[in-house]
Amino acid sequence: MSSLATYFSMGGYASYVWTSYALTAVVMVGLAVSTWRGMKARESELKVLQDLTPGRRGRSKDTQG
Amino acid sequence: MHRFANPARFLRLAAAIQPWTAAATVLLIGAGLYFGLIASPADYQQGQTVRIMYVHVPSAWLGMACYSTMAIASAMALIWKHPLADLIGKSAAPIGAAFTFLCLVTGSLWGKPMWGTWWAWDARLTSMLILFFLYLGYMALANAFDDPTRGAKASAVLALAGFVNVPVIKFSVDWWNTLHQPASVTKIGMPSIDPSMLLPLLLMGVGFTTFFVTVLLVRVRSEIMASKIRAIRLMQIHSTPGAVASGEVVG
Amino acid sequence: MTRKQRRLYFVLLGMLALGAATALVLTAINDTLVYFYSPTDIKAKHVGTDRRLRVGGLVEQGSVVKQGEIVRFVVTDLTTTLPVTFKGVLPDLFREGQGVVAEGKMDGAGTFQASEVLAKHDEKYMPKEVTEALKQSGRWQEEEGKK
Repeated sequence: MSSLATYFSMGGYASYVWTSYALTAVVMVGLAVSTWRGMKARESELKVLQDLTPGRRGRSKDTQG
Repeated sequence: MHRFANPARFLRLAAAIQPWTAAATVLLIGAGLYFGLIASPADYQQGQTVRIMYVHVPSAWLGMACYSTMAIASAMALIWKHPLADLIGKSAAPIGAAFTFLCLVTGSLWGKPMWGTWWAWDARLTSMLILFFLYLGYMALANAFDDPTRGAKASAVLALAGFVNVPVIKFSVDWWNTLHQPASVTKIGMPSIDPSMLLPLLLMGVGFTTFFVTVLLVRVRSEIMASKIRAIRLMQIHSTPGAVASGEVVG
Repeated sequence: MTRKQRRLYFVLLGMLALGAATALVLTAINDTLVYFYSPTDIKAKHVGTDRRLRVGGLVEQGSVVKQGEIVRFVVTDLTTTLPVTFKGVLPDLFREGQGVVAEGKMDGAGTFQASEVLAKHDEKYMPKEVTEALKQSGRWQEEEGKK
């Protein structure tokens, strides 16, 4: 138990070491999640738009008819 | 080269690569964390703070690698007008800005206990801060115009002009007296870093790179969809029901 | 020449010109880009007592004397030495034989009165056991060993 406490104390530099790692984790995970969410949001927006508006092929058929 | 400029081909390629780079990222960073935080020794001078190196140095590498990617994509966009190149540049910028930010903050957290200061206006630290501002400027410029192609052109010129900063960052520690120490890993001859510490550093470095590739692919995919959405919306404006009706009357 | 080629040469030429301009500017302002001067620089410059500047080098072995809050030590670049006086808290990495950067002014007596002292470390990273093994085998190369 005390060896674990020694480990987490990082030789007295715990606040510097762990803050560095925590911040890196927050920024990288945040970037990954926001990227994925942004992509999913655009995917569903594009799907809605494509379902609503007839495609180019469909409309050109209409104008021909 | 032009074969990959085709968005459809790119999307197929990205879909094939993405799961592998994502899995590699998890494995490499996992191993890097194990060796960096547990299975590596403390430094003879810096003690446990040396562990900050395993996130600080890869962040710095990626900050510069993202910028190089952005600059190359910008050159390709300006010269060959690849539609995909603009999207790659625009997608790389936020990732590079995030890594540069991490490099600056973790460097500060390392500098305080070791050097005795959070910040010093030496050539290395200042050029890295300039890199961060270049990213911010690029992102602001890319979104400053109503016409996205104009924004892309202006930001591409900025990315290329700012590229001179990258070699300045790299060699600042050799050209001028700096508080920051010179390079350890890319030193000519042997790296002046013990193998037990080089291993976590390289694992994290490669892991951060695969992370960058994965996130970049997703962002480019997202940008391709965004341009499709824009195209559909433009089409809708030009063919609103009223316009169609009047067109029919004229026809 | 096609338009693409023209654009390619334009970009290449632009980058070349920009690179050259940057190199010239950086060379011109070289003196302000330097974070600190060595004791040799300071001796050669004959700086006055009114100018704030930074001096960097190694803390000479056996030169550190502490008198209460006041610390005296000698900074060396292995050719010239400069005595430094400092009152305040030293960074953790401050030790004899290690790099140091002190900010302050010269006094009339040729001593550097530092108001801030920063530690500078080298690019070597290794565990303690390795340095001890190197020292025992006589392969340890330290800057002050070259004296």
